[in-house]
Amino acid sequence: MSKRRPYVRPMDGWWKKNPYYVEYMVHEGTALFVAAYAIVLTFGLVRLSQGEAAWNGWLEAMKSPLSIIFHLVLLAAIVYHAFTWFKLFPLTTPPVVLNGKKVEPELIVRGGWAAAIGATVVSFVIVWGLA
Amino acid sequence: MAALFGPIMVFITGIAVPLGLLLPADAMSYPKMLAFAQNFIGKGFIFVAVFLFIWHAGHRIFHSLHEVGIHQGIGSKLLTYGVAAVVTVIAAVALLGLGF
Amino acid sequence: MSEQKIIEIEVLRYLPESDEKPRSEIYKVPFTDDMSVLQGVQYVKDNFDGSLTFRWSCRMAICGSCGMMINGIPKLACETFIRDYYPKRITVEALANFPIEKDMVVDLSGFIEKLEAIQPYIIPKEPRTVEEGEHIQTPAQFAEYIQFTSCINCTLCYAACPQVGLNPDFIGPGALALLHRYNMDSRDGGQTQRMELAASEEGVYNCSAVGYCSEVCPKKVDPGNAVNINKINAAKDYFLRFLSPKGGAK
Repeated sequence: MSKRRPYVRPMDGWWKKNPYYVEYMVHEGTALFVAAYAIVLTFGLVRLSQGEAAWNGWLEAMKSPLSIIFHLVLLAAIVYHAFTWFKLFPLTTPPVVLNGKKVEPELIVRGGWAAAIGATVVSFVIVWGLA
Repeated sequence: MAALFGPIMVFITGIAVPLGLLLPADAMSYPKMLAFAQNFIGKGFIFVAVFLFIWHAGHRIFHSLHEVGIHQGIGSKLLTYGVAAVVTVIAAVALLGLGF
Repeated sequence: MSEQKIIEIEVLRYLPESDEKPRSEIYKVPFTDDMSVLQGVQYVKDNFDGSLTFRWSCRMAICGSCGMMINGIPKLACETFIRDYYPKRITVEALANFPIEKDMVVDLSGFIEKLEAIQPYIIPKEPRTVEEGEHIQTPAQFAEYIQFTSCINCTLCYAACPQVGLNPDFIGPGALALLHRYNMDSRDGGQTQRMELAASEEGVYNCSAVGYCSEVCPKKVDPGNAVNINKINAAKDYFLRFLSPKGGAK
């Protein structure tokens, strides 16, 4: 008779066991803030479609200190989300080969940052021009 | 998308305009926003932004729920993809209702 | 001569015949600065308790046998040195995400099955006789897969991957890196069979890009990258199936 009795360890709270996992869960957690922002935007859209008074009500609500604090937190979370997303580029994307040489992962991460800063500046300039 | 345009959008709609910081406080006035949302490109941009944000977030929250032990079932699907679908429909209806 | 230094090694013991579940035991081990954690547990076996069980062979980070959780981190015990932990206590535990067979020995049969399933050998594109000579491969073609050949099957990446722990059927980083290694080989023609597995329920989409597998890999194989590249490849296959004139007939 076999004396084997393999023991399977439980997975409860696995993400607390290693700082690497904690960081992972924090960056996954930023998805909650992205969802919250999408809902705020959608709410604004609905108010916009309900006419000028409703829209102005929404704009007022956006000016409340609570809303400003909420958006500051949101901004921090989404910037952090962007930061981790670019940091994972070397993991998630195929190696880029230029002139027969593998491009350094750090360069790709920096490229991501450049694109984000570019998108930010361009968006801001366009909105500034429209305003 | 969330990584590229998320930060600047939050900054503009949630901080700069309400506070009148860097941008004029009337940057998001009713006539301006209406014109933006009726413009074909503006409408498309808003829809793509809402769509990508909510589905991206829904997808990730769905998997995170699995990771903290709430396993993939009808409930967790409704909570994530369901909410994403509802938000998408509301956004689409509102945008279409604004006309072109 | 300086005083003999003593390190405390806390070992997670599990004897299936007498223990209901694993328990910790602390051993006080005299050590010298050139001693690895593997030598530390060998000292315990030789001097305190001969029943302590663990796997090891080469003592030089090439056989991949002595993987353990050392202070919670998957490492090869032979290339981890006691001096780097002293005077703090070292905890040693069987590799995470595997069933414990006895003490530090885990049940690797699931991993072996996964390894077999990915067909880790070249499947020739067409039959070739000896007279036709060898397969010619350029340095550029060689460079495509060389990194993934460094895998020593130590399974540290499995111990690092929470998705392996949450779903024991997930093929996992190591075997998927080897799947990628053969798919990328210009001599190989087995991509279709392997990609079917990569795209399956047990395949690459179990990965949520934690990235810790690549972090702990002692051979810099970067299995996480191999898995994520194949998410893109599997998605490409999926969409191309609709575009191909055969209409996805396979």
